[in-house]
Amino acid sequence: MKPPIRFSSVMFWFGMAFLYLPMLSLVIYSFNSSRLVTVWAGWSTKWYGELFRDEGLMAAVWRSLEVAFWSANTAVCLGVLASVALTRFGRFRGRSMLHSLVAAPLVMPDVIIGLSLLLLFVSMTDVLGWPHQRGLFTIWIAHATFGTAYATVVISSRLKELDRSFVEAAMDLGATPVKAFVQVTLPIIMPALVSAWLLAFTLSLDDVVIASFVSGPGATTLPIEVFSSVRLGVSPKINALATLIILIVSLVTLVAWWLSRRKLKRDKFARS
Amino acid sequence: MKKVTERLKRHAEHGKRWVIAVPTLWLMLFFALPFLIVLKIAFAESAIAIPPYTQLLTMADEAFDLHVYFGNFIFLSEDALYLTAYLNSLKMAAISTFLCLLIGYPMAYHIARAKPSTQTVLLLLILLPSWTSFLIRIYAWIGILKSNGILNNALMWLGVVDQPLTILNTNVAVYIGIVYAYLPFMILPLYANLVKHDHSLIEASQDLGARWLQSFWRITFPLSRNGIIAGSMLVFIPVVGEYVIPELLGGTNSLVIGKVLWQEFFNNRDWPLASSLALIMLLLLMLPIHFFRKYQEKEWEEGK
Repeated sequence: MKPPIRFSSVMFWFGMAFLYLPMLSLVIYSFNSSRLVTVWAGWSTKWYGELFRDEGLMAAVWRSLEVAFWSANTAVCLGVLASVALTRFGRFRGRSMLHSLVAAPLVMPDVIIGLSLLLLFVSMTDVLGWPHQRGLFTIWIAHATFGTAYATVVISSRLKELDRSFVEAAMDLGATPVKAFVQVTLPIIMPALVSAWLLAFTLSLDDVVIASFVSGPGATTLPIEVFSSVRLGVSPKINALATLIILIVSLVTLVAWWLSRRKLKRDKFARS
Repeated sequence: MKKVTERLKRHAEHGKRWVIAVPTLWLMLFFALPFLIVLKIAFAESAIAIPPYTQLLTMADEAFDLHVYFGNFIFLSEDALYLTAYLNSLKMAAISTFLCLLIGYPMAYHIARAKPSTQTVLLLLILLPSWTSFLIRIYAWIGILKSNGILNNALMWLGVVDQPLTILNTNVAVYIGIVYAYLPFMILPLYANLVKHDHSLIEASQDLGARWLQSFWRITFPLSRNGIIAGSMLVFIPVVGEYVIPELLGGTNSLVIGKVLWQEFFNNRDWPLASSLALIMLLLLMLPIHFFRKYQEKEWEEGK
Protein backbone atom coordinates (compact mmCIF):
# COMPACT_ATOMS: atom_id res chain seq x y z
CA MET A 1 0.00 0.00 0.00
CA LYS A 2 2.86 2.41 0.70
CA PRO A 3 4.81 2.64 -2.55
CA PRO A 4 2.21 4.52 -4.65
CA ILE A 5 2.04 7.24 -2.00
CA ARG A 6 5.76 7.60 -2.35
CA PHE A 7 5.28 7.88 -6.12
CA SER A 8 2.79 10.71 -5.66
CA SER A 9 5.20 12.44 -3.28
CA VAL A 10 7.93 12.29 -5.88
CA MET A 11 5.55 13.71 -8.47
CA PHE A 12 4.48 16.41 -6.04
CA TRP A 13 7.98 17.68 -5.34
CA PHE A 14 8.86 17.38 -9.01
CA GLY A 15 5.79 19.52 -9.79
CA MET A 16 6.75 22.03 -7.12
CA ALA A 17 10.23 22.37 -8.61
CA PHE A 18 8.60 22.87 -12.00
CA LEU A 19 6.40 25.63 -10.56
CA TYR A 20 9.07 27.44 -8.56
CA LEU A 21 12.39 27.14 -10.44
CA PRO A 22 11.34 29.55 -13.22
CA MET A 23 10.29 32.09 -10.63
CA LEU A 24 13.57 31.63 -8.80
CA SER A 25 15.46 32.25 -12.04
CA LEU A 26 13.55 35.52 -12.52
CA VAL A 27 14.58 36.68 -9.06
CA ILE A 28 18.24 35.72 -9.42
CA TYR A 29 18.69 37.30 -12.82
CA SER A 30 17.04 40.54 -11.69
CA PHE A 31 20.26 41.16 -9.73
CA ASN A 32 22.44 40.58 -12.76
CA SER A 33 24.45 43.61 -13.81
CA SER A 34 24.55 42.57 -17.48
CA ARG A 35 21.92 43.78 -19.90
CA LEU A 36 21.89 40.31 -21.44
CA VAL A 37 19.56 38.67 -18.98
CA THR A 38 21.04 35.20 -19.09
CA VAL A 39 24.75 36.07 -19.09
CA TRP A 40 25.90 36.50 -15.52
CA ALA A 41 28.16 39.51 -14.93
CA GLY A 42 28.03 40.06 -11.21
CA TRP A 43 25.55 41.32 -8.64
CA SER A 44 23.87 44.65 -9.10
CA THR A 45 20.65 46.38 -8.11
CA LYS A 46 20.77 48.91 -10.92
CA TRP A 47 17.75 47.46 -12.74
CA TYR A 48 15.57 48.30 -9.77
CA GLY A 49 16.68 51.92 -10.07
CA GLU A 50 15.96 51.87 -13.79
CA LEU A 51 12.55 50.36 -13.11
CA PHE A 52 11.56 53.13 -10.73
CA ARG A 53 12.90 55.78 -13.10
CA ASP A 54 10.78 54.42 -15.99
CA GLU A 55 7.89 56.87 -15.78
CA GLY A 56 5.77 55.15 -18.41
CA LEU A 57 5.92 51.87 -16.53
CA MET A 58 5.30 53.48 -13.14
CA ALA A 59 2.25 55.34 -14.47
CA ALA A 60 0.96 52.04 -15.84
CA VAL A 61 1.41 50.44 -12.41
CA TRP A 62 -0.81 53.08 -10.79
CA ARG A 63 -3.43 52.85 -13.54
CA SER A 64 -3.55 49.08 -13.13
CA LEU A 65 -3.83 49.27 -9.35
CA GLU A 66 -6.68 51.74 -9.68
CA VAL A 67 -8.59 49.59 -12.16
CA ALA A 68 -7.95 46.44 -10.11
CA PHE A 69 -9.15 48.15 -6.92
CA TRP A 70 -12.48 49.24 -8.39
CA SER A 71 -12.99 46.00 -10.31
CA ALA A 72 -12.45 43.98 -7.15
CA ASN A 73 -14.90 46.16 -5.19
CA THR A 74 -17.55 45.77 -7.86
CA ALA A 75 -16.91 42.07 -8.28
CA VAL A 76 -17.29 41.38 -4.55
CA CYS A 77 -20.54 43.38 -4.31
CA LEU A 78 -22.06 41.60 -7.30
CA GLY A 79 -20.58 38.30 -6.13
CA VAL A 80 -22.24 38.59 -2.72
CA LEU A 81 -25.63 39.25 -4.33
CA ALA A 82 -25.24 36.38 -6.80
CA SER A 83 -24.06 34.00 -4.06
CA VAL A 84 -26.95 34.85 -1.78
CA ALA A 85 -29.37 34.33 -4.65
CA LEU A 86 -27.81 30.99 -5.62
CA THR A 87 -27.36 29.52 -2.13
CA ARG A 88 -30.18 31.03 -0.07
CA PHE A 89 -33.24 31.52 -2.24
CA GLY A 90 -33.95 27.92 -3.20
CA ARG A 91 -35.58 27.61 -6.59
CA PHE A 92 -36.53 30.76 -8.44
CA ARG A 93 -37.17 31.69 -12.02
CA GLY A 94 -33.89 32.49 -13.73
CA ARG A 95 -31.78 30.51 -11.26
CA SER A 96 -30.38 28.23 -13.90
CA MET A 97 -29.64 31.23 -16.10
CA LEU A 98 -27.82 33.08 -13.35
CA HIS A 99 -25.90 29.88 -12.77
CA SER A 100 -24.75 29.72 -16.38
CA LEU A 101 -23.88 33.41 -16.37
CA VAL A 102 -21.63 32.84 -13.37
CA ALA A 103 -20.03 29.59 -14.59
CA ALA A 104 -19.32 30.47 -18.22
CA PRO A 105 -16.88 33.38 -17.68
CA LEU A 106 -14.66 31.05 -15.62
CA VAL A 107 -13.68 29.10 -18.73
CA MET A 108 -14.45 31.44 -21.64
CA PRO A 109 -11.28 32.17 -23.65
CA ASP A 110 -10.03 35.73 -23.14
CA VAL A 111 -9.99 36.56 -26.84
CA ILE A 112 -13.73 35.88 -27.07
CA ILE A 113 -14.60 37.94 -23.97
CA GLY A 114 -12.37 40.79 -25.15
CA LEU A 115 -13.65 40.89 -28.72
CA SER A 116 -17.31 40.59 -27.77
CA LEU A 117 -17.12 43.28 -25.09
CA LEU A 118 -15.34 45.64 -27.43
CA LEU A 119 -18.06 45.13 -30.04
CA LEU A 120 -20.67 45.81 -27.35
CA PHE A 121 -19.00 49.07 -26.34
CA VAL A 122 -18.66 50.15 -29.97
CA SER A 123 -22.33 49.41 -30.64
CA MET A 124 -23.37 51.22 -27.46
CA THR A 125 -21.40 54.28 -28.49
CA ASP A 126 -23.07 54.02 -31.87
CA VAL A 127 -26.61 53.76 -30.57
CA LEU A 128 -26.56 55.50 -27.19
CA GLY A 129 -23.56 57.78 -27.60
CA TRP A 130 -22.12 56.24 -24.45
CA PRO A 131 -19.39 55.39 -23.43
CA HIS A 132 -17.76 58.36 -25.20
CA GLN A 133 -14.33 56.87 -25.13
CA ARG A 134 -12.82 53.53 -24.32
CA GLY A 135 -10.23 53.47 -21.59
CA LEU A 136 -9.90 52.67 -17.91
CA PHE A 137 -13.67 52.84 -17.50
CA THR A 138 -14.33 50.11 -20.06
CA ILE A 139 -11.50 47.99 -18.65
CA TRP A 140 -13.13 48.35 -15.23
CA ILE A 141 -16.43 47.00 -16.59
CA ALA A 142 -14.69 44.08 -18.29
CA HIS A 143 -12.66 43.13 -15.22
CA ALA A 144 -15.58 43.54 -12.84
CA THR A 145 -17.58 41.16 -15.04
CA PHE A 146 -15.20 38.21 -15.01
CA GLY A 147 -14.19 39.07 -11.44
CA THR A 148 -17.82 38.62 -10.42
CA ALA A 149 -17.79 35.04 -11.66
CA TYR A 150 -14.72 34.14 -9.59
CA ALA A 151 -15.93 36.06 -6.54
CA THR A 152 -19.25 34.20 -6.70
CA VAL A 153 -17.51 30.82 -6.68
CA VAL A 154 -15.42 31.73 -3.63
CA ILE A 155 -18.22 33.41 -1.65
CA SER A 156 -20.94 30.90 -2.38
CA SER A 157 -18.77 27.94 -1.39
CA ARG A 158 -18.41 29.60 2.02
CA LEU A 159 -22.09 30.54 2.24
CA LYS A 160 -23.05 26.96 1.52
CA GLU A 161 -21.20 25.64 4.56
CA LEU A 162 -22.52 28.32 6.86
CA ASP A 163 -24.66 27.16 9.76
CA ARG A 164 -28.04 28.70 9.11
CA SER A 165 -29.14 28.51 12.73
CA PHE A 166 -27.26 31.74 13.54
CA VAL A 167 -29.30 33.65 11.01
CA GLU A 168 -32.50 31.98 12.11
CA ALA A 169 -31.75 32.87 15.74
CA ALA A 170 -31.21 36.51 14.77
CA MET A 171 -34.48 36.59 12.87
CA ASP A 172 -36.33 34.97 15.78
CA LEU A 173 -35.01 37.80 17.91
CA GLY A 174 -36.65 40.23 15.51
CA ALA A 175 -33.90 41.13 13.04
CA THR A 176 -34.98 41.84 9.48
CA PRO A 177 -33.36 39.64 6.82
CA VAL A 178 -31.13 42.53 5.80
CA LYS A 179 -30.08 43.26 9.36
CA ALA A 180 -29.45 39.57 10.05
CA PHE A 181 -27.33 39.38 6.92
CA VAL A 182 -25.26 42.45 7.73
CA GLN A 183 -24.77 41.73 11.41
CA VAL A 184 -24.56 37.94 11.45
CA THR A 185 -23.74 36.49 8.05
CA LEU A 186 -21.32 39.13 6.76
CA PRO A 187 -18.89 38.95 9.70
CA ILE A 188 -18.80 35.16 9.43
CA ILE A 189 -18.10 35.12 5.69
CA MET A 190 -15.63 38.03 5.89
CA PRO A 191 -12.56 35.83 5.19
CA ALA A 192 -14.26 34.57 2.03
CA LEU A 193 -15.01 38.14 0.99
CA VAL A 194 -11.37 39.07 1.51
CA SER A 195 -10.10 36.16 -0.56
CA ALA A 196 -12.69 36.86 -3.27
CA TRP A 197 -11.55 40.49 -3.34
CA LEU A 198 -7.89 39.51 -3.57
CA LEU A 199 -8.64 37.01 -6.33
CA ALA A 200 -10.58 39.56 -8.39
CA PHE A 201 -7.81 42.09 -7.73
CA THR A 202 -4.98 39.83 -8.92
CA LEU A 203 -7.00 38.65 -11.93
CA SER A 204 -7.52 42.24 -12.97
CA LEU A 205 -3.85 43.10 -12.44
CA ASP A 206 -2.90 40.14 -14.60
CA ASP A 207 -5.15 40.51 -17.62
CA VAL A 208 -3.53 41.53 -20.88
CA VAL A 209 -5.81 40.12 -23.60
CA ILE A 210 -9.19 41.56 -22.57
CA ALA A 211 -7.64 44.91 -21.62
CA SER A 212 -5.94 45.12 -25.02
CA PHE A 213 -9.30 44.77 -26.73
CA VAL A 214 -11.36 47.18 -24.63
CA SER A 215 -8.73 49.78 -23.75
CA GLY A 216 -8.44 53.07 -25.56
CA PRO A 217 -5.89 55.81 -26.12
CA GLY A 218 -3.80 56.62 -23.06
CA ALA A 219 -5.13 53.70 -21.03
CA THR A 220 -2.18 51.30 -21.15
CA THR A 221 -2.28 49.10 -18.10
CA LEU A 222 0.79 47.40 -16.64
CA PRO A 223 0.25 44.02 -18.37
CA ILE A 224 -0.16 45.73 -21.75
CA GLU A 225 3.07 47.63 -21.13
CA VAL A 226 4.89 44.49 -19.98
CA PHE A 227 3.56 42.46 -22.90
CA SER A 228 4.79 44.91 -25.50
CA SER A 229 8.21 45.04 -23.87
CA VAL A 230 8.43 41.24 -23.48
CA ARG A 231 7.54 40.74 -27.13
CA LEU A 232 10.72 42.58 -28.04
CA GLY A 233 12.79 40.18 -25.96
CA VAL A 234 13.99 39.75 -22.38
CA SER A 235 14.77 42.85 -20.36
CA PRO A 236 16.30 42.94 -16.86
CA LYS A 237 13.87 45.68 -15.85
CA ILE A 238 10.99 43.21 -16.25
CA ASN A 239 12.92 40.76 -14.05
CA ALA A 240 13.15 43.44 -11.36
CA LEU A 241 9.41 44.09 -11.65
CA ALA A 242 8.71 40.35 -11.46
CA THR A 243 10.83 40.04 -8.32
CA LEU A 244 8.90 42.84 -6.62
CA ILE A 245 5.55 41.24 -7.58
CA ILE A 246 6.68 37.84 -6.28
CA LEU A 247 7.88 39.45 -3.06
CA ILE A 248 4.60 41.30 -2.45
CA VAL A 249 2.42 38.28 -3.23
CA SER A 250 4.51 36.02 -0.99
CA LEU A 251 4.35 38.49 1.90
CA VAL A 252 0.58 38.91 1.61
CA THR A 253 0.12 35.12 1.44
CA LEU A 254 2.38 34.58 4.43
CA VAL A 255 0.53 37.16 6.54
CA ALA A 256 -2.86 35.71 5.52
CA TRP A 257 -1.72 32.20 6.37
CA TRP A 258 -0.29 33.30 9.71
CA LEU A 259 -3.47 35.17 10.65
CA SER A 260 -5.73 32.26 9.74
CA ARG A 261 -3.53 29.82 11.66
CA ARG A 262 -3.57 32.05 14.72
CA LYS A 263 -7.33 32.28 14.53
CA LEU A 264 -7.64 28.51 14.17
CA LYS A 265 -5.49 27.98 17.25
CA ARG A 266 -7.45 30.52 19.23
CA ASP A 267 -10.72 28.85 18.25
CA LYS A 268 -9.38 25.50 19.32
CA PHE A 269 -8.25 26.98 22.60
CA ALA A 270 -11.64 28.61 23.16
CA ARG A 271 -13.41 25.32 22.56
CA SER A 272 -11.28 23.20 24.85
CA MET B 1 -49.47 43.00 13.88
CA LYS B 2 -50.53 40.80 11.05
CA LYS B 3 -50.41 43.79 8.76
CA VAL B 4 -46.86 44.50 9.80
CA THR B 5 -45.62 40.99 9.13
CA GLU B 6 -47.37 41.01 5.81
CA ARG B 7 -45.71 44.25 4.88
CA LEU B 8 -42.38 42.87 6.02
CA LYS B 9 -42.93 39.80 3.87
CA ARG B 10 -43.77 41.90 0.84
CA HIS B 11 -40.72 43.94 1.57
CA ALA B 12 -38.56 40.82 1.73
CA GLU B 13 -39.99 39.53 -1.56
CA HIS B 14 -39.18 42.85 -3.12
CA GLY B 15 -35.65 42.81 -1.74
CA LYS B 16 -35.14 39.27 -2.98
CA ARG B 17 -36.02 40.34 -6.48
CA TRP B 18 -33.34 43.01 -6.38
CA VAL B 19 -30.72 40.62 -5.06
CA ILE B 20 -31.38 38.36 -8.04
CA ALA B 21 -31.83 41.11 -10.62
CA VAL B 22 -28.69 43.18 -10.09
CA PRO B 23 -26.03 40.51 -10.78
CA THR B 24 -28.19 38.85 -13.45
CA LEU B 25 -28.65 42.10 -15.36
CA TRP B 26 -24.99 43.05 -15.08
CA LEU B 27 -23.86 39.67 -16.43
CA MET B 28 -26.54 39.66 -19.12
CA LEU B 29 -25.49 43.08 -20.31
CA PHE B 30 -21.73 42.62 -20.18
CA PHE B 31 -21.33 38.90 -20.78
CA ALA B 32 -24.31 37.46 -22.70
CA LEU B 33 -25.45 40.39 -24.84
CA PRO B 34 -21.97 40.89 -26.38
CA PHE B 35 -22.25 37.41 -27.95
CA LEU B 36 -25.34 38.52 -29.86
CA ILE B 37 -23.37 41.44 -31.21
CA VAL B 38 -20.57 39.08 -32.26
CA LEU B 39 -23.23 37.06 -34.07
CA LYS B 40 -24.48 40.20 -35.78
CA ILE B 41 -21.08 41.44 -36.88
CA ALA B 42 -20.00 37.99 -38.09
CA PHE B 43 -22.59 38.52 -40.84
CA ALA B 44 -21.46 42.03 -41.70
CA GLU B 45 -19.00 43.05 -44.35
CA SER B 46 -15.65 44.62 -43.58
CA ALA B 47 -15.57 48.28 -44.60
CA ILE B 48 -13.25 51.23 -44.36
CA ALA B 49 -15.25 53.16 -41.82
CA ILE B 50 -15.57 53.76 -38.10
CA PRO B 51 -16.49 51.19 -36.83
CA PRO B 52 -14.98 49.14 -39.67
CA TYR B 53 -17.98 47.10 -40.77
CA THR B 54 -21.22 47.54 -42.69
CA GLN B 55 -24.55 47.83 -40.94
CA LEU B 56 -26.88 44.86 -41.00
CA LEU B 57 -30.02 46.96 -40.93
CA THR B 58 -30.17 50.15 -42.91
CA MET B 59 -32.97 52.53 -43.68
CA ALA B 60 -33.31 53.04 -47.41
CA ASP B 61 -36.33 54.47 -49.22
CA GLU B 62 -38.37 54.36 -46.03
CA ALA B 63 -37.91 50.63 -45.69
CA PHE B 64 -35.56 48.53 -43.65
CA ASP B 65 -32.94 46.84 -45.69
CA LEU B 66 -31.52 43.71 -44.14
CA HIS B 67 -28.08 42.99 -45.43
CA VAL B 68 -26.76 39.59 -44.37
CA TYR B 69 -23.32 38.76 -45.64
CA PHE B 70 -22.06 35.17 -45.64
CA GLY B 71 -18.75 36.05 -47.24
CA ASN B 72 -16.77 35.72 -44.00
CA PHE B 73 -17.74 32.11 -43.53
CA ILE B 74 -17.19 31.26 -47.19
CA PHE B 75 -13.78 32.88 -46.96
CA LEU B 76 -12.94 30.91 -43.81
CA SER B 77 -13.96 27.61 -45.38
CA GLU B 78 -11.96 28.25 -48.54
CA ASP B 79 -8.64 29.01 -46.90
CA ALA B 80 -7.07 25.90 -45.35
CA LEU B 81 -5.11 28.11 -42.97
CA TYR B 82 -8.14 28.65 -40.74
CA LEU B 83 -9.08 24.99 -40.56
CA THR B 84 -5.48 24.13 -39.66
CA ALA B 85 -5.51 26.79 -36.94
CA TYR B 86 -8.69 25.36 -35.41
CA LEU B 87 -7.36 21.81 -35.52
CA ASN B 88 -4.02 22.90 -34.07
CA SER B 89 -5.76 24.68 -31.21
CA LEU B 90 -7.94 21.69 -30.39
CA LYS B 91 -4.94 19.37 -30.52
CA MET B 92 -2.88 21.69 -28.37
CA ALA B 93 -5.67 21.97 -25.81
CA ALA B 94 -6.22 18.19 -25.71
CA ILE B 95 -2.54 17.34 -25.27
CA SER B 96 -1.96 20.00 -22.61
CA THR B 97 -5.06 18.90 -20.71
CA PHE B 98 -3.75 15.36 -20.70
CA LEU B 99 -0.29 16.48 -19.54
CA CYS B 100 -1.82 18.61 -16.78
CA LEU B 101 -3.88 15.63 -15.63
CA LEU B 102 -0.81 13.37 -15.69
CA ILE B 103 1.20 15.74 -13.48
CA GLY B 104 -1.68 17.27 -11.54
CA TYR B 105 -3.40 14.07 -10.40
CA PRO B 106 -0.52 12.68 -8.32
CA MET B 107 0.10 16.15 -6.91
CA ALA B 108 -3.54 16.58 -5.88
CA TYR B 109 -3.47 13.03 -4.44
CA HIS B 110 -0.39 13.83 -2.40
CA ILE B 111 -2.01 16.98 -0.95
CA ALA B 112 -5.28 15.19 -0.17
CA ARG B 113 -3.41 12.48 1.76
CA ALA B 114 -1.35 14.91 3.85
CA LYS B 115 -2.22 16.03 7.39
CA PRO B 116 -4.99 18.69 7.38
CA SER B 117 -2.67 21.43 8.64
CA THR B 118 -0.07 20.53 6.02
CA GLN B 119 -2.78 20.50 3.33
CA THR B 120 -3.39 24.23 3.74
CA VAL B 121 0.30 25.03 3.35
CA LEU B 122 0.70 22.79 0.29
CA LEU B 123 -2.38 24.29 -1.34
CA LEU B 124 -1.05 27.79 -0.73
CA LEU B 125 2.24 26.75 -2.33
CA ILE B 126 0.34 25.53 -5.41
CA LEU B 127 -1.73 28.69 -5.62
CA LEU B 128 0.97 31.24 -4.87
CA PRO B 129 2.54 31.23 -8.35
CA SER B 130 -0.83 31.84 -9.98
CA TRP B 131 -1.32 34.98 -7.88
CA THR B 132 1.85 36.48 -9.27
CA SER B 133 1.66 37.71 -12.82
CA PHE B 134 0.81 35.08 -15.42
CA LEU B 135 2.56 37.14 -18.09
CA ILE B 136 5.76 37.34 -16.09
CA ARG B 137 5.78 33.61 -15.39
CA ILE B 138 5.54 32.92 -19.12
CA TYR B 139 8.28 35.48 -19.64
CA ALA B 140 10.51 33.50 -17.26
CA TRP B 141 10.44 30.59 -19.69
CA ILE B 142 11.86 32.75 -22.49
CA GLY B 143 15.00 33.27 -20.41
CA ILE B 144 15.17 29.57 -19.59
CA LEU B 145 14.50 28.09 -23.03
CA LYS B 146 16.41 30.54 -25.27
CA SER B 147 19.30 29.05 -27.26
CA ASN B 148 21.75 30.81 -24.93
CA GLY B 149 19.34 30.52 -22.00
CA ILE B 150 19.63 28.91 -18.59
CA LEU B 151 18.60 25.41 -19.65
CA ASN B 152 20.98 25.22 -22.60
CA ASN B 153 23.83 26.68 -20.57
CA ALA B 154 23.24 24.10 -17.86
CA LEU B 155 23.00 21.21 -20.34
CA MET B 156 26.17 22.27 -22.12
CA TRP B 157 28.03 22.77 -18.86
CA LEU B 158 26.99 19.28 -17.79
CA GLY B 159 28.11 17.99 -21.15
CA VAL B 160 24.72 16.47 -22.00
CA VAL B 161 24.65 18.32 -25.34
CA ASP B 162 27.35 20.17 -27.19
CA GLN B 163 25.03 22.19 -29.44
CA PRO B 164 22.34 24.36 -27.84
CA LEU B 165 18.89 22.82 -28.30
CA THR B 166 16.25 24.85 -30.09
CA ILE B 167 13.28 24.80 -27.75
CA LEU B 168 12.00 28.37 -27.73
CA ASN B 169 9.68 29.09 -30.65
CA THR B 170 8.67 25.45 -31.00
CA ASN B 171 5.56 23.56 -29.94
CA VAL B 172 7.48 22.02 -27.04
CA ALA B 173 7.93 25.48 -25.53
CA VAL B 174 4.21 26.19 -25.94
CA TYR B 175 3.29 22.95 -24.16
CA ILE B 176 5.70 23.71 -21.32
CA GLY B 177 4.20 27.18 -20.97
CA ILE B 178 0.60 25.98 -20.99
CA VAL B 179 1.15 23.15 -18.51
CA TYR B 180 3.05 25.58 -16.31
CA ALA B 181 0.34 28.22 -16.36
CA TYR B 182 -2.71 25.94 -16.10
CA LEU B 183 -1.48 23.24 -13.69
CA PRO B 184 -3.08 24.89 -10.59
CA PHE B 185 -6.48 24.89 -12.35
CA MET B 186 -6.20 21.13 -12.72
CA ILE B 187 -4.94 20.48 -9.19
CA LEU B 188 -7.57 22.49 -7.28
CA PRO B 189 -10.77 20.72 -8.39
CA LEU B 190 -9.00 17.35 -8.21
CA TYR B 191 -7.91 18.07 -4.66
CA ALA B 192 -11.38 19.29 -3.69
CA ASN B 193 -12.73 15.98 -4.93
CA LEU B 194 -10.03 13.62 -3.60
CA VAL B 195 -10.10 15.10 -0.11
CA LYS B 196 -13.76 14.08 0.29
CA HIS B 197 -13.10 10.40 -0.43
CA ASP B 198 -13.89 7.96 2.31
CA HIS B 199 -10.67 6.11 3.01
CA SER B 200 -12.45 3.13 4.53
CA LEU B 201 -13.49 2.05 1.00
CA ILE B 202 -9.82 1.57 0.11
CA GLU B 203 -9.18 -0.25 3.35
CA ALA B 204 -12.13 -2.53 2.74
CA SER B 205 -10.89 -3.36 -0.74
CA GLN B 206 -7.45 -4.14 0.61
CA ASP B 207 -8.87 -6.32 3.32
CA LEU B 208 -10.52 -8.21 0.51
CA GLY B 209 -7.13 -8.69 -1.09
CA ALA B 210 -6.95 -5.96 -3.71
CA ARG B 211 -3.54 -4.64 -4.56
CA TRP B 212 -2.94 -0.90 -4.41
CA LEU B 213 -3.15 -0.30 -8.15
CA GLN B 214 -6.32 -2.34 -8.32
CA SER B 215 -8.08 -0.38 -5.60
CA PHE B 216 -6.88 2.84 -7.18
CA TRP B 217 -8.27 2.00 -10.63
CA ARG B 218 -11.50 0.53 -9.36
CA ILE B 219 -12.33 2.90 -6.47
CA THR B 220 -10.36 6.13 -6.27
CA PHE B 221 -10.15 6.87 -9.97
CA PRO B 222 -13.86 6.34 -10.80
CA LEU B 223 -14.88 8.28 -7.68
CA SER B 224 -12.78 11.24 -8.75
CA ARG B 225 -14.55 11.49 -12.11
CA ASN B 226 -16.19 14.83 -11.32
CA GLY B 227 -12.89 16.34 -10.28
CA ILE B 228 -11.23 15.09 -13.46
CA ILE B 229 -13.99 16.57 -15.61
CA ALA B 230 -13.91 19.93 -13.83
CA GLY B 231 -10.13 20.20 -13.94
CA SER B 232 -9.95 19.12 -17.57
CA MET B 233 -12.58 21.62 -18.65
CA LEU B 234 -10.89 24.43 -16.70
CA VAL B 235 -7.75 23.70 -18.72
CA PHE B 236 -9.13 22.61 -22.10
CA ILE B 237 -11.63 25.40 -22.81
CA PRO B 238 -9.44 28.45 -22.16
CA VAL B 239 -6.44 26.84 -23.86
CA VAL B 240 -8.38 26.48 -27.14
CA GLY B 241 -8.46 30.28 -27.32
CA GLU B 242 -5.04 30.90 -25.76
CA TYR B 243 -3.14 33.79 -27.30
CA VAL B 244 -0.36 34.98 -24.99
CA ILE B 245 1.54 31.69 -24.57
CA PRO B 246 1.76 30.73 -28.29
CA GLU B 247 2.63 34.34 -29.09
CA LEU B 248 5.51 34.55 -26.61
CA LEU B 249 6.87 30.99 -26.66
CA GLY B 250 5.65 29.60 -29.97
CA GLY B 251 7.33 31.88 -32.46
CA THR B 252 5.89 33.23 -35.68
CA ASN B 253 4.95 29.91 -37.25
CA SER B 254 2.80 28.52 -34.44
CA LEU B 255 -0.64 28.61 -35.98
CA VAL B 256 -3.43 28.65 -33.39
CA ILE B 257 -6.85 30.19 -33.51
CA GLY B 258 -6.30 32.71 -30.71
CA LYS B 259 -3.37 34.20 -32.58
CA VAL B 260 -5.19 34.20 -35.93
CA LEU B 261 -8.16 36.00 -34.38
CA TRP B 262 -5.85 38.55 -32.76
CA GLN B 263 -4.07 39.21 -36.04
CA GLU B 264 -7.28 39.55 -38.02
CA PHE B 265 -8.55 42.03 -35.47
CA PHE B 266 -5.50 44.13 -34.62
CA ASN B 267 -3.26 43.81 -37.70
CA ASN B 268 -5.79 43.50 -40.52
CA ARG B 269 -8.56 45.41 -38.74
CA ASP B 270 -11.07 42.95 -40.19
CA TRP B 271 -13.60 42.97 -37.37
CA PRO B 272 -16.28 40.89 -39.15
CA LEU B 273 -13.80 38.11 -39.95
CA ALA B 274 -12.53 38.13 -36.35
CA SER B 275 -16.15 37.87 -35.20
CA SER B 276 -16.79 34.89 -37.46
CA LEU B 277 -13.68 33.20 -36.07
CA ALA B 278 -14.90 33.87 -32.53
CA LEU B 279 -18.37 32.59 -33.38
CA ILE B 280 -17.03 29.28 -34.71
CA MET B 281 -14.78 28.92 -31.66
CA LEU B 282 -17.78 29.55 -29.45
CA LEU B 283 -19.78 26.86 -31.25
CA LEU B 284 -16.91 24.38 -30.85
CA LEU B 285 -16.71 25.15 -27.14
CA MET B 286 -20.44 25.02 -26.53
CA LEU B 287 -20.43 21.33 -25.64
CA PRO B 288 -17.44 21.47 -23.26
CA ILE B 289 -18.87 24.58 -21.57
CA HIS B 290 -22.22 22.88 -21.14
CA PHE B 291 -20.38 19.92 -19.61
CA PHE B 292 -18.49 22.18 -17.23
CA ARG B 293 -21.65 24.01 -16.18
CA LYS B 294 -23.50 20.79 -15.53
CA TYR B 295 -20.71 19.53 -13.34
CA GLN B 296 -20.59 22.84 -11.46
CA GLU B 297 -24.29 22.75 -10.77
CA LYS B 298 -23.96 19.19 -9.49
CA GLU B 299 -21.24 20.24 -7.07
CA TRP B 300 -23.40 23.17 -6.01
CA GLU B 301 -26.37 20.97 -5.16
CA GLU B 302 -24.26 18.30 -3.50
CA GLY B 303 -22.56 20.69 -1.17
CA LYS B 304 -25.80 21.94 0.32
